[in-house]
Amino acid sequence: MKVLTEERGGKTILTLKEERLDAHNSGELKDRILKLFEDGCRDVLVDLRNVQFIDSSGLGALLSGHKNAAHRSARFALAGLQPRVRSMFELTRLQRVFEIYSGLQEALSE
Amino acid sequence: MCGAPETILNLDIQIPNQTRYLRLIGNITELIAKEIDAGDADREALAYNLNLVVTEAVTNAIQYGSPSDDHDRVRIFLSYENCDLCVRVFDHGQGFDLASFGAPQVDELHERGRGLFFIRALMDTVEYRRTECGNVLEMKKRLL
Repeated sequence: MKVLTEERGGKTILTLKEERLDAHNSGELKDRILKLFEDGCRDVLVDLRNVQFIDSSGLGALLSGHKNAAHRSARFALAGLQPRVRSMFELTRLQRVFEIYSGLQEALSE
Repeated sequence: MCGAPETILNLDIQIPNQTRYLRLIGNITELIAKEIDAGDADREALAYNLNLVVTEAVTNAIQYGSPSDDHDRVRIFLSYENCDLCVRVFDHGQGFDLASFGAPQVDELHERGRGLFFIRALMDTVEYRRTECGNVLEMKKRLL
């Protein structure tokens, strides 16, 4: 899975460089997010602007991140959801669960 | 209304039971959705939804329907005729009871279990049954 990880303003930004998030790569994303928390990151932001397609396993990987953050009293947020991707969150009502920002700048200013 | 009554398309595909082929099968279904004469349907939405439905069904067939056989294949049959879109995904697993899968509750943050929810939400009818060719998940949608 192509991912860019960087630190900015005290946050760890995970930028997915994939157009598709499905059962082929969602397991790796789940592991990468878990590793960030295990390494001590306490404010993780996932930039999804490049992701044009997400399935239930992709949502599951992000939910895993959300739960891992809650377990550690850490912060886990999403940014840059494309319209079709956002509609999958809305269909499952998961937009109520996640902290979601329209873009990276908005998320970083919080 | 959708296209002329003579619009008929049948596609029979078999892929190795590996998730790396999900992208391929998803892209094929998106292309079909964009090419068929689907009347007033939102083609971009239809393409995404069909991609998602097939991806979820094939993922289930790969993960639960190919017991201990790395060389097993997943068969996908897609047809479009007289405004009716039908997708069948075959598997060789133990099968499952479709009725036992309800809608996920938003306050229950399970990481799994939303695939069948997506399929049911986006298609008109969904059936799962045993046939001579194995189990088949049949998903239909009328495009008007």
